[in-house]
Amino acid sequence: MRFRRRTRWVKSITVAGAALLVAGPFVPAAQAQQQGGKVLRVALVQEIDHLNPFLASFASSTMVGRMTWEFLTLPSAEDSTPAPGLAESWSTSPDKLTWTYKIRDGVKWSDGQPVTAKDAAYTFTRIMTDENAQEANGTYVENFDSVTAPDDHTLVIRTKAPQASMTALDVPIVPEHIWSHQAAMSDPVTDSVPVVGVGDGPFLISEYRPNELVRLKANPDYWRGRAKIDELQFISYKNSEAAVNALKNNEVDFVNRLTSTQFDTLKNAPGIATNQAGGRRYRELMINHGAQLLSRQPIGDGNPVLKDVRVRQAIARALDPQTLVDKVLGGYGQPGGGIVPASFPAYHWDPPANQRYAFDPAAANAQLDQAGYPRGNDGTRVGPDGKPIELRLLGRASEDFAQRASDYVVSWLGAVGIRVTKQLVSDNEVDQRTNEGNYDLAFSGWGTSPDPDYILSKQTCAALPAVPGSSSSTAFFCDADFDRLYAAESTEFDPGRRANLVKQAQARYYDQVPSVVLDYDNVLEAYRSDNFASFTKQPANTGQIMEQSGYWGFYGATPAGGGSNGSGGLSPGAWIGIAAGVVVVLAIGGTAAGRRRKSADDQE
Amino acid sequence: MTNAVSTAAAELDEPRRGTGTARFLLGKLGGAAGSLLLVVALGFLLFRMIPGDPVTTLTRDRPTSPDQLAQLRARLGVDKPLYQQFLDYLSGLLRGDLGTSYGYNRPVSALIGERLGPTLLLVGTATVLAVALGLWLGVRAAWRRGSLFDRTQTGIALTLWSMPQFWLGLLLLIATQGAFPSGGMRSPATPPEFLPQLLDVAHHLVLPCVTLLAVIYAQYMLVMRSSLLGEMNADYLTTARAKGLREDLVRRRHAVPNALLPTVTLVFLQFGLVVSGTVTVETVFSWPGLGLLTYEALRVPDLPLLQGVFVVMAGSVIVMNLIAEVLYRVLDPRVRAQ
Repeated sequence: MRFRRRTRWVKSITVAGAALLVAGPFVPAAQAQQQGGKVLRVALVQEIDHLNPFLASFASSTMVGRMTWEFLTLPSAEDSTPAPGLAESWSTSPDKLTWTYKIRDGVKWSDGQPVTAKDAAYTFTRIMTDENAQEANGTYVENFDSVTAPDDHTLVIRTKAPQASMTALDVPIVPEHIWSHQAAMSDPVTDSVPVVGVGDGPFLISEYRPNELVRLKANPDYWRGRAKIDELQFISYKNSEAAVNALKNNEVDFVNRLTSTQFDTLKNAPGIATNQAGGRRYRELMINHGAQLLSRQPIGDGNPVLKDVRVRQAIARALDPQTLVDKVLGGYGQPGGGIVPASFPAYHWDPPANQRYAFDPAAANAQLDQAGYPRGNDGTRVGPDGKPIELRLLGRASEDFAQRASDYVVSWLGAVGIRVTKQLVSDNEVDQRTNEGNYDLAFSGWGTSPDPDYILSKQTCAALPAVPGSSSSTAFFCDADFDRLYAAESTEFDPGRRANLVKQAQARYYDQVPSVVLDYDNVLEAYRSDNFASFTKQPANTGQIMEQSGYWGFYGATPAGGGSNGSGGLSPGAWIGIAAGVVVVLAIGGTAAGRRRKSADDQE
Repeated sequence: MTNAVSTAAAELDEPRRGTGTARFLLGKLGGAAGSLLLVVALGFLLFRMIPGDPVTTLTRDRPTSPDQLAQLRARLGVDKPLYQQFLDYLSGLLRGDLGTSYGYNRPVSALIGERLGPTLLLVGTATVLAVALGLWLGVRAAWRRGSLFDRTQTGIALTLWSMPQFWLGLLLLIATQGAFPSGGMRSPATPPEFLPQLLDVAHHLVLPCVTLLAVIYAQYMLVMRSSLLGEMNADYLTTARAKGLREDLVRRRHAVPNALLPTVTLVFLQFGLVVSGTVTVETVFSWPGLGLLTYEALRVPDLPLLQGVFVVMAGSVIVMNLIAEVLYRVLDPRVRAQ
């Protein structure tokens, strides 16, 4: 009798627990906004490697650094031209080797100490002298000769050769009185809040849970003025589907790096706004026109036919980037021109109509006929060695774009008599084979910074690898005309003339076709428009919000008028879920306890 | 001759049994250590067969000079001959040093250490619940073999068992419509006190745990069912029934304890595998555990980290195997007697 009663008890509890588990899902559990939309919760799909700004190299980590530490100068929100940061103004000597920055007065670190030129001098000197501090920003100071602070408001940098990027040094300036105590850069303490929490940027790091969360509070003393939001949270999501789901459920306010499908779904979702912007990367089809080392020694096994510039131009004419944008990218891209993406309008170059390789298979065929590559019996063109022209197309198997675009490329080139075989392999193998020149055609791409110097420098002869595998050149391009234009550009300080030279260099690259720039992918972002009214875009109105070169996007976040509410803490759904869990545990525990008592009885 | 041995055995009955256990334990420990060494060696070789030079992988998208490459090679120790690297790795391993992650530039052991807790919480909870559910359903199904209950439960279990965890997780995420958090282990808004934090973690645990549970309970159920079926016609049950015991008691006190053995072993055998099997679940729900770390390491690929995770996961399987074997001996007198 007693036994039966217990069974019933267990049963009823189990039923209740199950009922709660079933009911739980129907109670909305979204962690509602606190304090009237003053907290901006951003889903971070990429990992944080370090908060230490000397080591931070992942894009998400450098973004956190941008929020915390002010730069000397930074690209403006309007058009990415250099804007004042810690440096109010700057000037350069006639020989362009000495730069003098006037450091803003009255800026304070969050612990109350004044920000001076000595902090900036310390930061640069540390990177120059401490090998372990070069991990993230070492390339900026390679050409530095000395950095000094004659007084608190003057910073003088001498360079070995003229350097055009001196107004775009993407290096966070840190407080000397905190960082000079950190002897070892690899010490975990350099990632802890007491160290990285002292800053002078618009936000200050207040909590860091690795793999979970970085919490930043608005800096009340920020020199541009306090942000309109109180807190900025970067919440880790490892799966973009989950991040999108979290946005829909109002668990986060901002999501980026969306796929075109996700973006289309979110377009019509209530309370959500989307932002489509020009990106900072270009996609290309690399053509192995003769991979070589710095010593001009040829490497790799590229098809020699591709050394003929007429063949490369014919290939460019046989491709239809617009179709790739429409069919593969779902329309979220812009067909390519020069290697500086269209999101940097000052330096972007678009080929004029008479110079553009428009999609024209007939013209491509004619050019190949004229160049002396007749079709063989099976329709495939024959090279000078009498063998049919067969090319290998290398792509990352992990990449949706490569998988789908490769079929188009195979058929387009097939139509002009060039036989192409797809080789979709692991990322590693793509890297290795392209670095060593063992490819004919390969999908690739490169991200660019607002200053075009970097991306142009990668196409010069000087960027050719010294040994196979040191990846400095992107397409093994080496051209005297291009190098001349690059050299002129990098020492030209008149903005108009410099832009002109940058465009001429791109035109030369386009003409020689070491690679075909296929498109510039769009950046796809979405946010809770019921919580936030607007963000500052870069460039103005048309640009992206999250991964800017600068902190304008989140610094300019404006809460929506009414601001939604709710209190903090746990939602009803959470409580019900937990109650159900507790009940289940109790039921199991009870059953186990009852059973043990029973078996003890049994032993009697 | 045989006679002499058996007499000696009879005389030395007690001490001999002692050494038997010691020998058994030593043998098992030695086997486990051997397997571990094999795993370490295999892991070492395996991750060196992956195409791509780690140094060029690391410097991808960054201009590098041959000097820098040589420095990096020296720092990572990949410039030494393979056997030397292996010996270095082994000696580091003995000191608990699993090397330094390329991607994070931090000790692998520290990275694994901070991720182990969340994984054990997830796997532990899911395993406890899966065992409870699996055993309960297995016993019911076996006792009423061929019934509608048996057929539907077996069907459901097999269906869930064959479902991809990734897909099931996403399905649950969408189906619950925001009743549970979409990812992570804690939400930033929760007050820092212990109870709210505990409840918050519990709330976040529900979906990943249910996903894992749904997939793993099936095998416990099926093993319990089949091993109980094996006991069903045993004589001792007839005896028990003949004593006039009620069916409930016959099942609970006589049949189930005897059928429990294979299942208990299975729990331990599976525990190690489940730790490694959380990669997909953790990735779906952004659960900050070992599985997620593996996924991240695979994308780089971060060889020392992958190798470290591989050793830790394989090690956990070996240790759990060892426990299962020892436990089997403890639980079943028949095994001990052999």
